[in-house]
Amino acid sequence: MMTWTRTLRRVIGLGAPKAADTNVQRAAATARRQAVERPPIDIAPNDPLLAYFAESRGAVSLDELQLDSPAVQALRARGSKLVVPLISQGELIGLLDLGPRLSDQEYSREDRRLLDKLAGQAAPAVRVAQLVREQESEVRARERLEQELQVAQLIQQQFLPKRVPELRGWQFAAYYHAARQVGGDFYDFIELPGGRIALVIGDVTGHGVPAALVMATTRSILRSDAPRLVSPGAVLARANALLHGDIPPNMFVTCLYAVLEPATGRLQYANAGHDLPYVRGDRGVRDLRATGMPLGLMADMSYEEKETVLDPGEGLLLHSDGLAEAHDPKRNMFGFPRMRDLVGRYDAGQPLIDELLNDLGRFTGSGWEQEDDITLVTLVRSDGAPDVRVLDEFEVPSVSGNERQAMERVAASIRGVDLPSRRLERLKTAVAEATMNAIEHGNQGRAELPVRLEVSTNDGHVVVRITDLGGGRDIPEATTPDLEAKLAGLQKPRGWGLFLIKKMVDDVRVTSDERHHTVELVMRLGGGNDGRDS
Amino acid sequence: MAETVERAIVRRRDGFTVIDMPAHIDITTEATLDTAYSELSPKGPVLLNFTGTEFINSSGIALIVGIMARARKQSRPVAAYGLSDHYREIFEVTRLSDFMGLFKDEQTAIAAKR
Repeated sequence: MMTWTRTLRRVIGLGAPKAADTNVQRAAATARRQAVERPPIDIAPNDPLLAYFAESRGAVSLDELQLDSPAVQALRARGSKLVVPLISQGELIGLLDLGPRLSDQEYSREDRRLLDKLAGQAAPAVRVAQLVREQESEVRARERLEQELQVAQLIQQQFLPKRVPELRGWQFAAYYHAARQVGGDFYDFIELPGGRIALVIGDVTGHGVPAALVMATTRSILRSDAPRLVSPGAVLARANALLHGDIPPNMFVTCLYAVLEPATGRLQYANAGHDLPYVRGDRGVRDLRATGMPLGLMADMSYEEKETVLDPGEGLLLHSDGLAEAHDPKRNMFGFPRMRDLVGRYDAGQPLIDELLNDLGRFTGSGWEQEDDITLVTLVRSDGAPDVRVLDEFEVPSVSGNERQAMERVAASIRGVDLPSRRLERLKTAVAEATMNAIEHGNQGRAELPVRLEVSTNDGHVVVRITDLGGGRDIPEATTPDLEAKLAGLQKPRGWGLFLIKKMVDDVRVTSDERHHTVELVMRLGGGNDGRDS
Repeated sequence: MAETVERAIVRRRDGFTVIDMPAHIDITTEATLDTAYSELSPKGPVLLNFTGTEFINSSGIALIVGIMARARKQSRPVAAYGLSDHYREIFEVTRLSDFMGLFKDEQTAIAAKR
């Protein structure tokens, strides 16, 4: 039996002029032109002509064909007289379609034999050409898809937060991993007036560039309205109004929007059809429920607004469906109940993210291709008061050279603290520089004036506070020294202190009152990231 | 060479002038580095040996920049070796390494500059 391919449905048109022409050369030229100009005919897969050629081979005159076939009608309508099947490896791959002979004579038996022979030899070549063309178009399609994926990834990465918020008394952690196809997951942290912070997680239907573009739009709308509206329900209602009619009809965005007041743990939230967040506390796991339709589906929606308080020690998990809806090789789903159970078992924060991903890995087994984007955002409120531990407090007289003594004493006081050696070296350099500034500039080198140092750990950071009595004076901004100018002798070689301090530590905070001037050097603990991040 | 010294010492090796840098390079080192530079042979590459150096602060960086500026005026190449990982990082952060080759030890520095 023959197998029909898509390529079969095109007829190669070789037309000839209808009227005889005495000038053979002109006729041939006209024939060539017409052959090129004749458009191919598409033959439906169920056309009786295909069934006919499945049974019989060889050239056939269209006048002799008694078929109720749209293809035959179309061929006759454009003046075709004879069709010859092109068969390659038992498969009909096309037809030679001939108009009347230039002489207006009927095609002779000899003509048909010649055409059959020609068709027999042309068919494999045509088939090869078809295969090459198919392959080329497949490669092009694949390249286009890859390019599209790259663009989608770029958009996605561009709009995801580069780091999580650092708030006293709270630990944030986030995980995002795109599926190969790149879905429309996103999350965001938006600083609001009054020290509040908006937490956003969302999922756009669909994949690739369209989803990424809708994600970017949604994020911009939320960002622009958040500071003004604050109320989560109002922010979502406004986003819905702007998105509706602006995004394709088959697309929508699920989104949870919450506003956290870090000082009290108060959390207001509204939900546009997104997966329910979980809160983990002493009393087990609770869902944060609030009703609302996804964004962009219907005009004029309102969103229920709810409120809860995250008590000290409690943690919150925001998530997208990529994890809960992952499948194992037997097509069992990971499921929300399993996820909720894990939330109850592990400490929120980075440990919860790690455990969820470990569990997912065990569930899906190796060789799993991620089906959808996975996004996890967690925050934990520290237990009780902020965990401030003063490790050492001391003073040094304002005598040049004492900065080294201060540096060594700070290093000794944080010996038990989890700070990789390379980062410790950086902190030491910053302490020496800041102490030297305090001695020379703040206290003007007056030995009787002390420089006071306090070393503490606070919420996963080591903080060194260096205070002098140079309050009420302006502190110059750290600028990048112009090394070229210094080497050319156009500038003095000095002026590296503030620049070095800034480059060595994770954060520098400067405060002053009328009497005192304090520099706070902050270094994140742990992390094992011993590399340079300047 | 790893012993700590308070003074910079100038010596010659294979046509190179080497300055063994002191243990601490800060404002107190200005005079000894100044003297060392004046003792250099009049031309040829200068190698700064930091093998015995334990501490460099911003004033020290300024002194090194000063040496580099003087050498540049005389069109003499400068290279450094023996820096700890931390000070190598500081030389990179301050971009001193853009104008001065950094090498592991004397041998490597001489081989590279020859």
